[in-house]
Amino acid sequence: MSILIDKKSRLVVQGITGRDGGFHASKMKAYGTNIVGGTSPGKAGELVDNIPVFNTVRDVVKETEADTSVIFVPAPFAKDAMMEAADAGIKLIVCITEGVPTLDVVEAYSYITRKGARLIGPNCPGLISPGRSMVGIMPTMIFREGSTGVISRSGTLTYEVVYNLTEKGMGQSTAVGVGGDPVVGLYYRELLEMFENDPGTDSIALIGEIGGDAEERAAEYIRDHVTKPVAVFIAGQQAPPGKQMGHAGAIISSGSGTAAEKIAAFEAVGVPVAKEPSQIPGLLKSRR
Amino acid sequence: MKIHEYQAKEMFANYGLPVDKSTVCRTVEDAVKAYNQLDSQRVIVKAQVHTGGRGKAGGVKLANDEIELRRHAAAILGMDIKGFTVDRILIGEAVNIDKEYYVSYVIDRSSKSTILMLSKEGGMDIEEVARTTPEMIYKFVIDPSIGVPDYLAREAAFRLFDDISLVRQAAVIFQKLYKLFVETDASLAEINPLVLTKEGAIMAIDAKMTFDDNALYRHPKIAALNEPTEEEKKEQSAKSKGFSYVHLGGEIGCMVNGAGLAMATMDMIKLYGGNPANFLDIGGSSNPTKVIEAMKLLLSDRNVRVVLINIFGGITRCDDVASGLLEAFRQIKTEIPIVIRLTGTNEKEGRALLQGTQFHVAETMGEATEKAVALTR
Repeated sequence: MSILIDKKSRLVVQGITGRDGGFHASKMKAYGTNIVGGTSPGKAGELVDNIPVFNTVRDVVKETEADTSVIFVPAPFAKDAMMEAADAGIKLIVCITEGVPTLDVVEAYSYITRKGARLIGPNCPGLISPGRSMVGIMPTMIFREGSTGVISRSGTLTYEVVYNLTEKGMGQSTAVGVGGDPVVGLYYRELLEMFENDPGTDSIALIGEIGGDAEERAAEYIRDHVTKPVAVFIAGQQAPPGKQMGHAGAIISSGSGTAAEKIAAFEAVGVPVAKEPSQIPGLLKSRR
Repeated sequence: MKIHEYQAKEMFANYGLPVDKSTVCRTVEDAVKAYNQLDSQRVIVKAQVHTGGRGKAGGVKLANDEIELRRHAAAILGMDIKGFTVDRILIGEAVNIDKEYYVSYVIDRSSKSTILMLSKEGGMDIEEVARTTPEMIYKFVIDPSIGVPDYLAREAAFRLFDDISLVRQAAVIFQKLYKLFVETDASLAEINPLVLTKEGAIMAIDAKMTFDDNALYRHPKIAALNEPTEEEKKEQSAKSKGFSYVHLGGEIGCMVNGAGLAMATMDMIKLYGGNPANFLDIGGSSNPTKVIEAMKLLLSDRNVRVVLINIFGGITRCDDVASGLLEAFRQIKTEIPIVIRLTGTNEKEGRALLQGTQFHVAETMGEATEKAVALTR
């Protein structure tokens, strides 16, 4: 089992004729993701790696019953793409695009929520249910089917943790990169709830970083609602205050959002925090 | 991106928000000229710098006459406040303050919305108020599809004022400030304090705005106000090459692909007893040109004694990364020892390519960090 995506997910790739969209559409298809179409206004009828291109998301949904979308359009057009997908009836929207203005995300998120859809990202690597489906830009070869759920604000650091899990024989049910911006869609609380309810998940790795207080709130949620073992890694203990560490959301402002506060919050509710990413598999195994 | 108080006040005025009368000056003579043009005998002299705590640092002074004005202007111009040299001061009419309030719009991560924050505890450090007396701060979540309608602005204003004529004045201010916030893609629009004068008027006597860097492309006039520090210039030049760079001051230079992994690498260096010189995320691909540029950046830091390269080969395979590194280091001449840790797709092939070269090759992050720290000793 998995959360959010599986073999039945019917994916549309928004911005499929662009360099990134085309490249990653082929990668996803090669992995076995069920891509039913792509969009690029004015290019209907073309094929990208044998995937049919449509003018609008509504057309793809009408023809193919697509239910999931992944967005590769440039940042100035990302808000429009997210809203187009929601308006066409897509239920899960994954926005890979980096550098989307925050107020665009605020507006799109509000619209998507009202349409009853879910958003992952922007500025995220997407998600994968190993052996079933990959939506995004994840390096599929490091993942294995299994029962550990992974939630992360980061890209390569997620891969580092997954790599360690796979090496220790711990496959993944689903791994989700929620994105590194200050405002993004699904976050720890919603994903923890999904993993807790997923019979195919028996443990959860959570990879956080500096900025905001979502980790602190996740710790409270775990204390009250999560029975499965969770292990955590928090990046950015050496980050100086007021400096943005790559991700737009990774910034310690006015002394809050530090790694130390986040680590303390998890430790206070009995969730073990790894000192280095390679300790995650051991911490999960000892509690399973 | 930050701007100065006087620039924020200009924006406020353009949006019809009431602000105190003031003029920005670069010299004492300009300040005297500005003083003589104001109606008020008493004026306030304020340093214009991109940092808080101006008052505590002595950068805000009241002047009762021209002699005091000259003295304060001369003292504040050229003053150092937290590493910023004051080259501009704002000369403003002193206002007869009855009460001070706090008002701001800010992006709230948890509600994924803009929120309006208000407090009767104006003029103070708002983070301090939030820590000690959070019940003194009122928050309103703004639905982006309706913004701040009259009823909401009134409801908010009633938290600060009882008198309906003051409520009406404040409500309009909240609406105009929201319009400014949204139309300029701000990440913060703050009035601290918003004051009620003894004459019964409400006005902003300070103004602070910061803007979303991701949205500056659609606000060229705001982008033109950017005044980066030397350190920020280095960071921006790195950004234009596709990197994120932050200087930290230790002796181990790091080059990593991905922001999260780059932060984790810094943390590991500290954990193993070393000090990271920087945060450097070179992004997804690691082609030779990028590595060369990144190495130049690292080696421009004189404190760097060892370089640690930590690459996770995902879509870019490790053997391609290794060839890229070899290619890059054919062009870079350096005596500084380099530790490389490659993991991910085709890692064995990648590491094999690096065997027998000048590089110290490691398999795990732990091993790489240990080697790098040992090499600094």
